[in-house]
This record gives sequence, structure tokens and C-alpha cells, in this order.
Amino acid sequence: MAISEKDVKHVAWLARLALSDAEVEKFAKQLDVILEHAGKIAELDTKDVQPTAHAIPLKNVLREDKVGRCLAPEVALANAPHQEDQAFVVPRIV
Amino acid sequence: MELFKLTIHELHEKLVSKEISAKELAQSVFSRIDDVEERVKSYITVTRDVALAKADEIDKKIAGGERIGPLAGIPTAIKDVMNTEGIRTTCGSKILDNYIPVYTSTAVKNLLEEGIVMTGKTNMDEFAMGSSTENSGFFVTHNPWDLERVPGGSSGGSASVVAADEAIFSLGSDTGGSIRQPAALCGIVGMKPTYGLVSRFGLIAFASSLDQIGPFTKDVTDCAIVLNHLIGHDINDSTSVKIDKPDYTKALVNDLNGIKIGVPKELMAEGIDSKIKAVIENSLKLLEANGAVVAETSLPNIEHSLSAYYIIAPAEASSNLARFDGVRYGYRVPDAVDLIDMYMRTRAEGFGDEVKRRIMLGTYALSAGYYDAYYGQAQKVRTLIIDDFNRAFTDYDVLVSPTTPTTAFKIGEKVDDPLKMYLSDICTIPVNLAGLPGISVPCGTVDGLPVGLQVIGKTLGEEMMLRVAYSFEQSFGWSEKPKL
Amino acid sequence: MEFESVIGLEIHVELDTESKMFCGCSTRFGEAPNTQTCPVCLGMPGSLPVPNKKAVEYVIRTGLAIFCDISLFSQFHRKNYFYPDMPKNYQISQYDIPLCIDGHVDLEMEDYATTIGVTRIHLEEDTGKLLHIGGAGRIAGADYSQVDFNRAGVPLMEIVSEPDIRTPEEAKAYAQKIRAILVSLGVSDCNMDQGSMRVDANISLRPVGREELGVKAELKNLNSFRSLQRGLAYEIERQTKALQNGEAIVQETRHWDETKNTTSTLRTKEYAHDYRYFPDPDLVPMEFDPEWIEGLRAELPELPDERKERYMSDFGLPAHDANLLVETKATGDFFEAAVALYGGDAKIMSNWILGDLTYYLNSENVEIDAGEVKPAHLVEMVELIDDGTISGKIAKELFSEMFKTGKMPKAIVEEKGMTQISGQDEIAKIVDDVIAQNPDAVQEFHDGKERAFGFLVGQAMRLTKGRGNPQLINRLLKERL
Repeated sequence: MAISEKDVKHVAWLARLALSDAEVEKFAKQLDVILEHAGKIAELDTKDVQPTAHAIPLKNVLREDKVGRCLAPEVALANAPHQEDQAFVVPRIV
Repeated sequence: MELFKLTIHELHEKLVSKEISAKELAQSVFSRIDDVEERVKSYITVTRDVALAKADEIDKKIAGGERIGPLAGIPTAIKDVMNTEGIRTTCGSKILDNYIPVYTSTAVKNLLEEGIVMTGKTNMDEFAMGSSTENSGFFVTHNPWDLERVPGGSSGGSASVVAADEAIFSLGSDTGGSIRQPAALCGIVGMKPTYGLVSRFGLIAFASSLDQIGPFTKDVTDCAIVLNHLIGHDINDSTSVKIDKPDYTKALVNDLNGIKIGVPKELMAEGIDSKIKAVIENSLKLLEANGAVVAETSLPNIEHSLSAYYIIAPAEASSNLARFDGVRYGYRVPDAVDLIDMYMRTRAEGFGDEVKRRIMLGTYALSAGYYDAYYGQAQKVRTLIIDDFNRAFTDYDVLVSPTTPTTAFKIGEKVDDPLKMYLSDICTIPVNLAGLPGISVPCGTVDGLPVGLQVIGKTLGEEMMLRVAYSFEQSFGWSEKPKL
Repeated sequence: MEFESVIGLEIHVELDTESKMFCGCSTRFGEAPNTQTCPVCLGMPGSLPVPNKKAVEYVIRTGLAIFCDISLFSQFHRKNYFYPDMPKNYQISQYDIPLCIDGHVDLEMEDYATTIGVTRIHLEEDTGKLLHIGGAGRIAGADYSQVDFNRAGVPLMEIVSEPDIRTPEEAKAYAQKIRAILVSLGVSDCNMDQGSMRVDANISLRPVGREELGVKAELKNLNSFRSLQRGLAYEIERQTKALQNGEAIVQETRHWDETKNTTSTLRTKEYAHDYRYFPDPDLVPMEFDPEWIEGLRAELPELPDERKERYMSDFGLPAHDANLLVETKATGDFFEAAVALYGGDAKIMSNWILGDLTYYLNSENVEIDAGEVKPAHLVEMVELIDDGTISGKIAKELFSEMFKTGKMPKAIVEEKGMTQISGQDEIAKIVDDVIAQNPDAVQEFHDGKERAFGFLVGQAMRLTKGRGNPQLINRLLKERL
């Protein structure tokens, strides 16, 4: 087994996904098959291989410190599910 | 005349010569939409009013004697993964059901400035994760060639919309084959440019290091025309490349004399349907007949592409999709008792199963203790695959292969077997990992369903790739259309 | 058992750039909520970051100023965790290859010198601000929270020290030294009130002589240098007691409460994060030309340590004075401006600045460059003392007036009639009166009681309302007795 139901519960928590017990069981099975396949690359000898983050070797892409246009606050908040006093509102945190 | 059936270059001539108006053209396309959309289900959102207003604007320009570009007045559909200011953009997900962007993606903006008439936003697998468009949070799109079958994915709506003549061309995005695979299954041209050639700013990210926007068109000429206006350096995208913009239409030369074409044997091996192999072998003969030197080559590490891809893409996605949390936009559960409850249930209700699977897969691959074995190793395998391509390109100008291992499959056939679904992209995924340009051109049918030939170019080798695709298209003379 | 405290500081500093770290929004402080945002810093779908070159430069300058090695290759990572003040639910930060590593800061304490190592300096983006509604306005007990993203994406530099700090006093001195350096470099205003400089402390205890580290607590909400020192002192006391009672220290984050003077548990390690760091695929690596870095090094302004040396060698100041004058850039600048205007001894300027001026500034909680008293005020006042117009005693009174009103010393002296009485005849008359009115004291003086003389001088000063020239009073009194 590449991944257990306990692992699935843990990653679901890290990713903030509520799962039912049935879903945990289903996803554990599916993810196990995928990881079993994908995990095969662990066997490859890559001791002297550099990792590639980007296929195109760009570097030093930086911008000058210039102020640009901001959104009007009503535009920034236009899609907010809940707002008040020109701020986004979230339910109690603790 | 059925204007909706024509290509960009044909329509442009008619618009310039005032034989037709942009409004007539738009109306023709919308009447086609009215006829077939109910059966095909390409669009999530149709923007008829905006489109007709824009067509009027173009007509005024033409009437005023203003010169118009080749895309002016052309009805265009946009995959619902690109932000369009003021126009609902869902990314195929319930979590963005009510999201109205406050800005427009650079790629779409480039085309709007050229005068395209946007007809609407097309259906897709949720967050571009899928190969059949069955993962859309809204509905399934049907393949115009056989409505019982999938159009491919994730840009299934953008492929079916062009195949069914519900738009003259469209834009899609390709992370592991999401343009080329549905183009092949729908019998049209679909192209993924070199990574960094088209700005990703405003493209809702799936896997940032792999995503690239590209066109779906009816022929290779249209593809070159769209590409001319799609590309360009963007200061808002750190991964955008700076090059002098070529005129890709100049690359459309029907002659392959002395062009060296490699056929990676790993992409013609088991797993590829034998009937598809036969169609591809025929295509190779056509290429040879046109002067090309065709030979078998090998990319020994690409057998690991799928593994590397299904670690890298979900890892990046798990982080990219963290922002969909119900705080600033999109869906939020109405009755959350606290923040954690709001996060957990908003995301559980907002995302579909495939998105959840990939988020969890990616989260796992990045989590403490697994990073080196999965993500770190996948990035190294990526290097090996790039090295393979580099070696092959010292001997060959382009590589060709089938675009897909099978033709369009039945709706529902693979939904319960994620791994089997993932295998539909085995020919296209390596190209994304290496950041290379790839195009799928129709090359025949198997049992009445289209087959695509994939031409893979060198990094920024779009011109040679287009030349080969164009020459093939000219000698093959494809003219079949789905019967709707 | 004797315990030794082991302290390391993490200092977060907002860099003083015009625009944010990854977008063009302004970094201005104190604007209305959500007026300085755009698709990038709101984490809208599809938006992409592009790093601010100046912020990168500022971090490298800081690294050079505290003797770090500058990484010729560096990159940004994503730090993944969900929190509503973070628009993308990941923070763009740095992980295994920060911009600067392995530096140090020298400290001069009252009676010894020490060096604090700097592990790393890295660059990241700040978060938005939460406003808790209901309850006491604190997160615990609030009904809900409002989020303002104006601060989200402001460039943030984190300076992480080695656990080389041994006392709360050293911690304070280290933080103050870092601030002086950053302000001299012009990379941040380091305003702790506005949160542009934030200090977190890690503290553990271990028996003296033992190498192995004890279990640490992380201390937050240290909003001033005073809080830093007091919070650590409290924590040392708490942990010492616990250890002496045989209790185990729990690894946790603790909150310093300035009003209650205690620390309390904020969260324990059970909530340990798994940040899933990975290189941000939206950003490309940075590779620096060593020549460019040398160019930045050559352009570094004078730093506090160099300034201190100069004050000692050029102005002959004792180390104690020089140390205090360079503690903030503004104090040093004030001192130098005053010395430049004044022809006399620099030590006199130092005395007034470190004495009366600092006293008034502290008691009114005013920054030196924001106060009413400017170098010109101080110099004019000292010149009035030098030419005998006012006495030192009057000067003290004058200083207070100057501090309150910002008027020039000469104007105040004229307005209030504070000039010194130095007329021989006038003083003589007063001295005669004092002798006549205090026969007892005169007798005591003649009996050899020195103290009586002081009393008589004081009486003369009283009659002149403090304006009598003390030397003259002394001389005439002696003559006439």
C-alpha cells in the first residue's frame, strides 16, 4: 500500500477538504493505484541528475519598483461572499 | 451560404471585400449554435449580446475604410479557464459558479484588441483536470462525430465548438495534452506552443510549470494566423519568454525536402491502438512522399512521463487551488460555524472528485517525508525526459507520433478508473514536461472517428513544426466533417 | 541548579519600497481597507507574481552590512498553509536557498562585548490584517473577523539569528543594533508601532555548562524593545521556576501581555504545520553577478559601528557616548548637525543630547527627528551659556521651554528676561543684603562651617531668581565675609 486511509485523512486535513468515511475509503483505493504507478520512478537512479522546475531556463525576471493602478475597493470586493465595512468577512477563527 | 463552416482566412477575405459583414457572420454562427448546441453542449456561457455589439463595431471600422487585422470580426470561443472581465468565468467548477472576473487574461486581451468577436466560454473538465470533459462541474460535452462519445479534454468544449462549427476558432489550455488530445478526437487542428510563448497571466492555473494556452482551428493556416496574435512577452508573467515575434504564416511552405522527421518508437508501442498505428504509418508515407526523411528514434525515459506528470501537476495544483476557500470570491457554504468548517465544507462541496483526488495526490507528494521520493524525484525524471528530447533533436527537425492512443471513447467508459483515463494522455504529456511545442492535425479516421497526428517541435521551433503540419495537411487533403 | 538562557530572534522587517513585493500596488501605511489591492495581491484566479527588484537589492544590502555571504543563486518557494489573511493560502517565501546566510552583529554591552550570529536573511511577502469583531477584539472570543489586504504582499525581510543571545539585555541590544543598521541603510523605517519591525523570540534554558539545548518556547507580540526585554525576563523566570520544580517545558508559542506582564500559551506544537515547501513554479530563479554585488557593497552608507569609531577618533568622544549616539541614525544625524554648527567641544553637544534632550524625548515619547528642538536650538543655547548670557541652571529651564514651544533660545531669554545678572554693583548690593539678613549663617561660616557658605550663595541666587552669575556671587561673598 502506497497510501493508507489514515494518510488520506491527513492530506484531506492539510488541503482543507471534508471527506465522509466512504469517500476516505474510495479515495484511498484510487490514490493507492495512482501512487503505485507514479511511485515507480523512485526506483530510477537519479543520483547525478539535476531537478528541472521549468523547461525554459529563464532567470532574473524582476520588475522595477514602480507603483501601478490598484482596484477600486468595491471592485476588489465585488465577488466577496460576505463583506462589511469595505472588508472581507470570515467566520470566527477560533 | 453557411458562413460558420468557413475558416479565418476565407472569412477575412470576405469581410475585407465587404462581401459579408461581421454581423452577418456572427448571426450565422449564433444560428448554428441555436441548431446544434443542445446536442453538443460546448458552451458554459454564450455571450451573444457582447458579440453582436462587437461585430457592429468591426463593421463600422470596415465601413469607415479602416484596415482590419486577420482576426477582426471572427467569432471566437474561449475556454472557461481564462479570465474575461465582466463575463462569468467558472473554470468548469461549481466553486466559481458565480465568479465575475475583474480583469481579462493577457491572451484573450491580445485577441480582443485584434477585433475578435467572443461568442462565449466553453465547457471543460473542472480546473482543466481530465481527458474527457466529463469532469465538468456543470454538464458533459458531446463529441460532434458521435454524440455518445467524449470530445476529449480538458478543453473538450473548445474542441467540439470548432468541430461543430459553433465558432470559427477557439482557445484552449494544455497542461498534459488538453488541447492536442481533444483536437485529435474531434478531427480539428489543436496546438500547444512552447512553454512561455503565450502569457499565462489570467489563465486560471492548474500546473503552472506545464500550462500553456493555444488555439483550436479548422486548419493549420488558421493556427498560424491566431498564433501570430496570441504570443508576445508579458511583463505580468515571470515565465514569459522574450523573442522577436515571427510571422508564422511565412512558415507555411508545402515542401518537406530534406526535413528530418523522427518517430519515437515508444510512442508507437503497445498501448497504441493498432488501427491508429496503421493510420499513422500511412501518414508517415505521405510525409516521405513530400520529401521528408522519416526514421525511427528513441526517447527511452518517456515511459516515466506519466508518473512524473501525475506527481508534478497535482503537486502544483494542490497549491494553486488552495486559494479557492470561500473568502474573496466564489462559493462559500452558507452555514459555517467557524473558519475551519467554512474551509472544509466549501471546498468539499465546491470541488468535484477528480479535483479532490489531484489535490490530495499533490498534497501527499509534497508532504513531509515524501517530497524527495515523489516531487523531488519527478523533477529529476523531468530532466531525463528533456535530455532525451534534446538528443533526438540533434538528429531530427521534428518528431511525430499519434496524438492519442485511441479514438474518442464512450461517455462514462473510463470515469471510474482514473489511471485508465490518465493513459489517454501518454503521447502528449512528455511534450509538456519538456516545454516543447506540439500540434495535432487530422490524419484520417478509424471506424468513422477522427485520428490526430502529433508533430513535436524543438523549443521555440514553432515554424518548422507548422511547416511539417501544413505540408501534411496539404498532401492529405482532409475535408471530412461530423454530421450533425 | 543554575540555568543559562539560550535566545534566538526572528526579526521581520517591512522593506521601504514604493510598491509591493510581487505587484505594483502601493505599500503606504494607514489607508482605508482594501484600497491598495489588485488581482495579484488578492490572489485572484489566474494572477501571477513578478518580484520587485528593489526589495531583492535591499535584502542583499542588509546582508552585506551584517557580513553575510550572498547566495549567487537563489529562488522563491511556496509555504503552504491556510489562513484568511493570506490571499493564496500560500506565502511566497524562501526556503533552502535564502538570499543571505551566515552573518553576524557585534554588540557592546555595558561591561563586555559579544557577537551574535545571523543564520539567514530571506525575502517573502507580508500577509493582510485581521480585525476581530465581537468579544474583546481579540481572536479568541470574537464573533467573526474582517480582512484587509492592503498589507498583503508588502515585501518582508526576515532576519534569523543564531541562538547566541544569553540575556534579555543582549536581545534588546541586538534588536536595536539591527534597527540602527537597517535605518542607516534606508531599507526600512523599522517602526515598531506601525508593525514595520516585528520581533519574535525563541527561548530555552539549559543547565550551565551543558551543550544540549532545552525545550524552547516561541514568544510573540513583543511590540517594543521594552516588551522584548521584559517578555524574555518573564519567560526566563517562568521556565526557571518550572525546571526547578521538576516540571517539563512544553514546546509552544506564547503570547506576551504587556499590561498583565505575563506570557500565556497561544498554541502548542500539536498543531505542527506541514508547510509543503516547493519552488514556486510561477517564478524563475535569481542568479547574481558577483560584480553587481560588489557594486552594492561599495555603495553601502556609513554603518553604526563605523560611525561610532569616527565619533571616538574625530570628536574624542568616550565609547559610552559614541555607542548611544549611533543607536539610531536620527540621533547620530542630530549630533553631527549640532557639532557642525557649534565651534566648541563636541562632548558638550553629546552631553546635552544624551542628557536633557533624551530625557524629554523619552518622557514625551517623541522621536528625535520629530521633536521641536533642532540642532540650531541646542547650539544657540550652548553659545548663550558660553558667552555668559545665561547660567547652566537657567539653561535647564530654558531647555524645557524650548522643548515645549520650539522657540529659539534667544527669543525665550528675551521674552522671559532670563539673562544672567553679571553687573558687579548689582550683585554686590544683593550680597550685602544677604549678609545683613542672615546673621546666624554668617556667624556659622565664621565658626568654620562650610555649609553655611553654600546656604548664603543659595540665598543670593534666590534673590536674583536664579539669574545671578554664580562665579561673581561666590567671589563677592567671600570678599565681604
